[in-house]
Amino acid sequence: MRKEWVTGYLLILPAAVVLAAFTHVPIVRTVHDSLFSRASAIRPSRFVGTGNFETLASDPVFWKVLGNNLAFALGTVPVSIALALVMALLVNRKIRGQGTLRLAYFLPTMLPMIAAANLWLFFYTPDIGLLDQILGAFGVSGTNWLGDPDTVMPCLIAMTVWKEAGFFMIFYLAALQTQPPELWEAAHLEGASRWVYFRRVLFPMLMPTTMFVLINAVLNAFKLVDHLFIMTKGGPNNASNLLLYYIFENAFAFNDMPAAAALTTVLLALLALLAVSQFLFLDKRVHYR
Amino acid sequence: MSRALDTFAAWVLGVLWISPLAYALWAAFHPPEFMANFVLTAPLTLDNFVHAWAMAPFPRYILNTFVLVTAILAAQLVLGTLAAYGFARFRFPGRDAIFLLVLVQLMIVPDVLIVENYTTMADLGLIDSILGIGLPYMASAFGIFLLRQAFKSIPKELDDAARIEGCGALGMLWRVYVPLARPTLVAYALVSISYHWNNFLWPLIVTNSVTVRPITVGLAIFGAPESGVSWPLVSAATLISVTPLLLAFLIFQRQFVQSFLQAGIK
Repeated sequence: MRKEWVTGYLLILPAAVVLAAFTHVPIVRTVHDSLFSRASAIRPSRFVGTGNFETLASDPVFWKVLGNNLAFALGTVPVSIALALVMALLVNRKIRGQGTLRLAYFLPTMLPMIAAANLWLFFYTPDIGLLDQILGAFGVSGTNWLGDPDTVMPCLIAMTVWKEAGFFMIFYLAALQTQPPELWEAAHLEGASRWVYFRRVLFPMLMPTTMFVLINAVLNAFKLVDHLFIMTKGGPNNASNLLLYYIFENAFAFNDMPAAAALTTVLLALLALLAVSQFLFLDKRVHYR
Repeated sequence: MSRALDTFAAWVLGVLWISPLAYALWAAFHPPEFMANFVLTAPLTLDNFVHAWAMAPFPRYILNTFVLVTAILAAQLVLGTLAAYGFARFRFPGRDAIFLLVLVQLMIVPDVLIVENYTTMADLGLIDSILGIGLPYMASAFGIFLLRQAFKSIPKELDDAARIEGCGALGMLWRVYVPLARPTLVAYALVSISYHWNNFLWPLIVTNSVTVRPITVGLAIFGAPESGVSWPLVSAATLISVTPLLLAFLIFQRQFVQSFLQAGIK
């Protein structure tokens, strides 16, 4: 039996070392660093307890960024999931150009976020951008879509929904394909409308897929920041700044490592919360009985 | 009636969804003066591609990305296969606890640990190297998880048969498990390739020279608004950057979609 132990340990060792070095050790170090002050030439770093978090709590930008991130999640997650479901329902049945349509919905998923941001940046450019040109025909023009704190978030949310919906669609498509067609026929004979059938039968049956997609969508809302580098740099005046981008700014632009560590700790806590809620809800309450 | 309405809605959505890409194609293949002037008689041109190609070392970026993606995938497959085999078929103290620790990476992906990982890379002297970009991703919890599921579904009787033939643990892995888990390996490979071809934040942080920068970082520098490059050139550069992966996707469409599904459902 001892030989089996040794073989087992040896097999997992290489992966365990890399995983520990770039996931577990950094997690512990982040939390550790978040409790220490910034080191300077004359003063070494010292233990400050929750000091960095108190600084964060009194930083209005932090609250703004956190609020933005929640708004980004609330704006992207339900809409992209709903659209994904609509797309899947539309192309699940035989319709003209089924393959082309599936491809059209899915294609944005295969683009890097940077490329998507490049494409959409031009839509939002004031005056010469496509959006302003189209609206110009109706007498509305000169909107600085990405430069106005009121419009910048909805613009970024729209682009993200475009990018993500097709990806979630394929999971719904796969789930729909396992539904027996007799189910709809039976419901139809009973006189159920399409809406009633969807609400009472289909949607509950798709719940496991919805939960899976939901977790992924929320996770994405906290780790997708690539587009900010191209489109807004978190501006104007932090109106589109997100947590991970703010971490990047603190670490690599402001060189404020304790703040970056404290912010990362907050992000880790949010992700841990997500993991726990997945663990609690995913396996129990979602299955249709 | 409702059927026709569905078809109509599906096509409206489809046109809407493809329009950003279609528009990029329009802008890239026409002279700048037709940028927002959609006349079918507009002359076609390759000038934008020629200029964009000359303005940034795209072949180098694409080569870097190719090397990066290949290195990550190779390491992920080797480390992932070994670990998954260990978790699936061997009994040792602490196995389940260690597996739970592995799963932590499903939620806390390396992308969010940029600050600490940058320090580690600096300590290792790996800043601005392809290995530096790839290393944090080389052990993937997701890959280990998928392969472990696949290995667990392989009947144990095959082990015994192979053992009688005189196969050791590694021989068995190579001759029995890897061939039988091929669909999972392919699925995982395609998911990994598309993820790392498109990855941006960490490569941006850890690179600073042309010889290691992947295409996404190169494209971001090229297309950044402050660089003042004209829109048709940005469109052309964007299309150049996405073409390799998009082409692979269009050719192997079914496999790609199946892979995402297989990877997602497990």
